[in-house]
Amino acid sequence: MKRKHTTELLTHIPLIALGVCFALPFFWLISTSLKPDAQIFRIPPVWIPHPMRWSNYPRAMRYIPFALYTWNTLRICLFCVIGTTLSCSLVAYSLARLKWRWRNWIFYSLLATMLLPGQVTMIPTFIIFKWLGWIGTPLPLIIPSFFGNAFSIFLLRQFFMTLPQELSDAARMDGCSDWGIYWRILMPLSKPALATVGLFTFIGSWNDFLGPLLYLNDERTYTLSLGLQMFVGQHGAEWAMLMAASTVMTLPIVILFFFTQKTFIQGIAMTGMKG
Amino acid sequence: MPSHRRKSAEWVGILFSLPWIIGFTVFIAYPILASLYFSFCSYDAIRPPHWVGWRNYVELFTQDDVFWKSLSNTVYMIVFGLPLMLATSLGLAILLNQKVKGIALYRTLFYLPSITPVVASSILWMWILNPDIGLINIVLSRLGVAHPPGWLTDPAWAKPALILMSLWSAGGGMVIYLAALQDVPETLYEAASLDGAGAWHKFLHVTLPLISPVILFNVIIGLIGFFQYFTQAYIMTNGGPEDSTNFYALHLFNRAFLDFQMGAASAMAWILFLVTLLAALVVFKTSARWVYYAGEK
Repeated sequence: MKRKHTTELLTHIPLIALGVCFALPFFWLISTSLKPDAQIFRIPPVWIPHPMRWSNYPRAMRYIPFALYTWNTLRICLFCVIGTTLSCSLVAYSLARLKWRWRNWIFYSLLATMLLPGQVTMIPTFIIFKWLGWIGTPLPLIIPSFFGNAFSIFLLRQFFMTLPQELSDAARMDGCSDWGIYWRILMPLSKPALATVGLFTFIGSWNDFLGPLLYLNDERTYTLSLGLQMFVGQHGAEWAMLMAASTVMTLPIVILFFFTQKTFIQGIAMTGMKG
Repeated sequence: MPSHRRKSAEWVGILFSLPWIIGFTVFIAYPILASLYFSFCSYDAIRPPHWVGWRNYVELFTQDDVFWKSLSNTVYMIVFGLPLMLATSLGLAILLNQKVKGIALYRTLFYLPSITPVVASSILWMWILNPDIGLINIVLSRLGVAHPPGWLTDPAWAKPALILMSLWSAGGGMVIYLAALQDVPETLYEAASLDGAGAWHKFLHVTLPLISPVILFNVIIGLIGFFQYFTQAYIMTNGGPEDSTNFYALHLFNRAFLDFQMGAASAMAWILFLVTLLAALVVFKTSARWVYYAGEK
């Protein structure tokens, strides 16, 4: 009994120490965001600002068109979630449930793509979108999601493989088409996997920086990532406002994570399984 | 009838895969070939590309000093950052696998930094790493360090600073390890205990072999990630001071979209492609020696 207590203590001590290390940057973020200017540069540091200056938040959000950028970002995220879940589940169905000649080739193309650095395709893809006249619009950030991506197709394929084949066979006996099996049987059963893909896609789009940097050159179409980076350039020393703006950008992701923790953790575990 | 059925199955497969077939052709296959072609051209994205043979490659190797600097910066991140990152995420996972109270809370805390928007975390760490009034140096001087490093302002400390920041987001790998650790059958540990194995031996001879496929997965993912390390450097240092954080992907981006030398940038992209493939190949080859697949003899 005593031994058990000691080992538990031995685990708790490093956990608490590491927990403090991981939490401290977040604490510093929020603390700085609420400081009056005079307290930001004070040494020894002010840990808990007094008084708390909540007005840093509305001030930061007035400096850049926050509502517009949030809307721009959300719109891209939403289309990407729809595009990715739809296109990737279709392809995953053909890989997990259909036997056809080119299936393995498609599968290899997915695996190879995962090792391909984005830099290799970046320039020609940019040229394609330039030729289409889409630079300065969010289209280059949205349209590719309707053509699938290797990671999500792989994840959905792994999930479809776990569903019993008898389901499809029985439906086929009853005269159900492949589309019917996909749409009415597999998709409703795959909500957890679809939710995982949707979540990762949403967060990926929300956090994306290189994409908007390449394609959005009109301030009215900026996303939060790009808007925030511009803010650094213009107001480099205004740390309280920078921290307030960063907090506001991070908050939706934190909230989303808290509500969907289980889906998240399972999804990540699923991606590791392919190793 | 059977052959007719086969044919229709063929078409259904192609139809369902169509999004990827089109996507792969337009956004992967064509760009790969086009960038290979551009890499042998002088190209500014306005006038049509103009064939120059190996000149881009020769110039990169012989005249672009920043090319070598950026490559060595990136290799530095892989040599020092990647092992630290892997060890941190595995260490966190092992701690969390000890069935202590409050796991969910710790897991959330360790995981959150890895999904924090990169722009936000970069701005936060610029502030934390501030040499005069940043959190880290405040703590260090409290601990009695007389001259704490200048971090992002010091060429010698800028890369370690970025590695430190990347360790903060080691939680992504941790969750993958944790899932693998929880899959290790309890009976194996019991059997090892019966044979008189201590905690360290169990870790070495039971845990590590069983999670080795997941370690391989994290090595490959980490390798690819560090080869393409870009956003943090772009926002926090823009390559400085003295090019100490001018990483390969950043230099490539600047050659392409600042100098409009798409040809040279494409050559850089192809070199990156080959180096990544080579590194992955080396890891896969050596992995035969240390990765254990259950069900294989």
